[in-house]
Amino acid sequence: MIKMLQKIYRFLLIAIILGAGVAAEKTGFIEYIFDPDQYPLIFRFFLQHLYLVGYSMAMATVIGLVAGIMLTRKQLRRYAGIIMYIISLGQTIPSLAVLALGMSFLGIGTTPALFALTIYSVLPIARNTLAGITAVPPPMIDAAKGMGMSPTRILFEIELPNAMKVILTGFRIALIINIGTATLAFLIGAGGLGDLIFSGISLMRTDQLLAGAIPVTLMALAADFLCEILGVLLISKGLRLAEE
Amino acid sequence: MNGTLDFIVGNYQKVIHLTCEHILVVGLALAIAILIGVPLGILIAKRENLSKQVLVMANVLMTIPSIALFGLMLPILAIWNLGLGKVPAIIALILYSQLPIIRNTYTAIKNVPPEIVDAGKGMGMNRWKLVVEVEVPISIPLILAGLRTAAVMNIGIAAIASYIGAGGLGVLIQQGINRVYPEMILSGAILVSFLAIFVDGGMAMLERILTPRGIKIQRRLVG
Amino acid sequence: MIRYDSVTKIFGAGKDAVTALDNISFTIEKGEIVVLLGPSGCGKTTLLRLSNRLESITQGNIYINGQDIMDSDGVKLRQKIGYVIQEIGLFPNKSIAENIAVVPRLLGWNKNNIKQRVDQLLSMTNLDPELYRNRYPAELSGGQQQRIGVARGVAADPEILLMDEPFGAIDPINREQLQDEFLKLQAKIKKTIAFVSHDIHEAIKMADKIALFSKGKLVQYDTPELILTRPKNKFVADFVGADRALKVLGLMRVKDVINASPKNIVRSTDLAQDVLKFMDEKKMGFAIVLKGNRPIGYVTQKILKYEEGKAEDVAEEYPIVVGEQDSLRDVLSNMLMHDLIILCAINRDGDFVGTVSYKNIQDSIRDIYSQYED
Repeated sequence: MIKMLQKIYRFLLIAIILGAGVAAEKTGFIEYIFDPDQYPLIFRFFLQHLYLVGYSMAMATVIGLVAGIMLTRKQLRRYAGIIMYIISLGQTIPSLAVLALGMSFLGIGTTPALFALTIYSVLPIARNTLAGITAVPPPMIDAAKGMGMSPTRILFEIELPNAMKVILTGFRIALIINIGTATLAFLIGAGGLGDLIFSGISLMRTDQLLAGAIPVTLMALAADFLCEILGVLLISKGLRLAEE
Repeated sequence: MNGTLDFIVGNYQKVIHLTCEHILVVGLALAIAILIGVPLGILIAKRENLSKQVLVMANVLMTIPSIALFGLMLPILAIWNLGLGKVPAIIALILYSQLPIIRNTYTAIKNVPPEIVDAGKGMGMNRWKLVVEVEVPISIPLILAGLRTAAVMNIGIAAIASYIGAGGLGVLIQQGINRVYPEMILSGAILVSFLAIFVDGGMAMLERILTPRGIKIQRRLVG
Repeated sequence: MIRYDSVTKIFGAGKDAVTALDNISFTIEKGEIVVLLGPSGCGKTTLLRLSNRLESITQGNIYINGQDIMDSDGVKLRQKIGYVIQEIGLFPNKSIAENIAVVPRLLGWNKNNIKQRVDQLLSMTNLDPELYRNRYPAELSGGQQQRIGVARGVAADPEILLMDEPFGAIDPINREQLQDEFLKLQAKIKKTIAFVSHDIHEAIKMADKIALFSKGKLVQYDTPELILTRPKNKFVADFVGADRALKVLGLMRVKDVINASPKNIVRSTDLAQDVLKFMDEKKMGFAIVLKGNRPIGYVTQKILKYEEGKAEDVAEEYPIVVGEQDSLRDVLSNMLMHDLIILCAINRDGDFVGTVSYKNIQDSIRDIYSQYED
């Protein structure tokens, strides 16, 4: 029974890929992408998209990490609960609404988009940093303290490395959502691959649509893969072994 | 701010209509997603060799940016003339919801203490009874948490679906941007945010109500 | 050495204040293991944590080698004191070598010295450096992890070790082994150790002295023998256990009470009838038969009557003999099991060295406890 299910599954997968390929061909998407008139434009949108994502993620990571770490320090620990609540609340707000709100207060263009993207991406990173560091077993911290490690050393040699998996998960979530939300940035005048997608929908031009949708999907998948690699690089071997 | 409130009150019929549309799309998608996702989650929890593939697939689905998913479905569904409107929206929402629902169901079932399953088996419960009467009830908190994530996510994505003709509160934002009508944009943004927060809170309460009493007590004792 | 001078620790304030330690004064001498013993909540762990400033002292002073611990920087102080805790607390993100090397690195040792020290410690704890140096804690068993925990504590060769139920998380079988290994290690390295435990057996086994706490007060500070034989009050007597006489026997060896020249010895080659006559004359109930230097059994008048051969032919075999190093507690147990009141003792080579009797044991216990009958 299982063997049969697996066979069907594999068959479906191949069928979908083939079907998609044929469909893509039919829609003229391939010609569109390689058309010398369109190609530079597509590339420009791609770079715009990368810029939006890269810049906002860089800011969000720094802010998120710092905020998350600060909330675990003795002085600020009592505020952690309520700030986490606010962050959770913020994360429920739909991405389109965040962009729209950004536009309402900051106008159109790249700046409000970057602003909205940064704020939206800070949330998962900050929350996961807080959660990850809090989850480090207190006896481990006690042992480190008792051995004579200074608080700074403890943070960098014990707390962060042991929280890294959770933090990276937060980073990954933020990154994927960021790439998705950045496709909407077009709507408030910030460009990006969303331009092709939305135009394609309104003009009923499938090739244009796909010229936007496929690259951004590939970007997201590549980002996901990148995070996997980051995981191997940043997470100590000892911790990966501990999970098995 | 006042302008926004005026707008909402002044156009309350349209607002209510759009809100209902939004809830309809999300609700329908969630219902179908649960019917597919929960059994799938239980299935892969029992058959470990399928789990990796299914989870990876669901993960990939969620990685794709929502508008791109809409876009990718357009040409396919256009064959049946269903490229625009609520259908692609609902299908995309169902696909998106799979990861949180399947993953949480899978984790929840896997986390049921084996001793309990063993005790049930020892008492003569067959596989089906075990799942329905023991494993699922114990897993409800986690499954509900996954549903909650899916619900909030869907509300957000449904807002974007207005751009492929699915209606809903996203229409306010869309038209507001087109007409450069700030109050309309804000109304849409605020209303959809409230809807999301409200549903989130509601589901949190539902979680609490539906958690079997015994587990609540256990949780309170453990800490 | 560590000197506690009127140390008091109060947690909280006002109505919720809890006095964890009340005016504690005693000294741990250099090279000694002092077990801080007591039921949970008695303050023993708190005192330990005050010693390396993980908690702050409310009143009083602690002096390490004459210096007030408040005089130096807290972090630097801890780098000079070894700290081993119950949950082990190995850092899973560091390799075994990196774990052990933490304090030496903090102190600025050079790389080669660190590497040598790590290998040395691994060998001392019976873990092959080649195999274990680059492994990670997740790959080790609980007992191995605990050994590494101890190695990590002594890595920088501190004079003082603070240990908080270090073997508490290990299963009883491995725990005994770890305790033995640790005692052997201590014999070599002679650290000054404060060792927290709630287990009276562990305390008796490991301690040079025991500091017994109850509800924040130091009730008695004495050697294990004195705690057992001269409990200061009912609490100590109860904590030690109603079986303290047996526990004392656990500390005594056969050779402490042995009768080295018993009169009722006969040779295996002696003729049965001669032995019978001998026993009649001396009015002996039984006699031990020795073959060369080994006890092969015993004979009674009943056994010998009407027998013609040699003593060795008719001797009844002894179900058990005890070694001169065996604890009297084990000996008593054997006596009860085999229903004998006199047993033969042999040395490590198997030679007969004397007898030990129930009466010997009874007498020694009486002596110990009557001495302190006030």
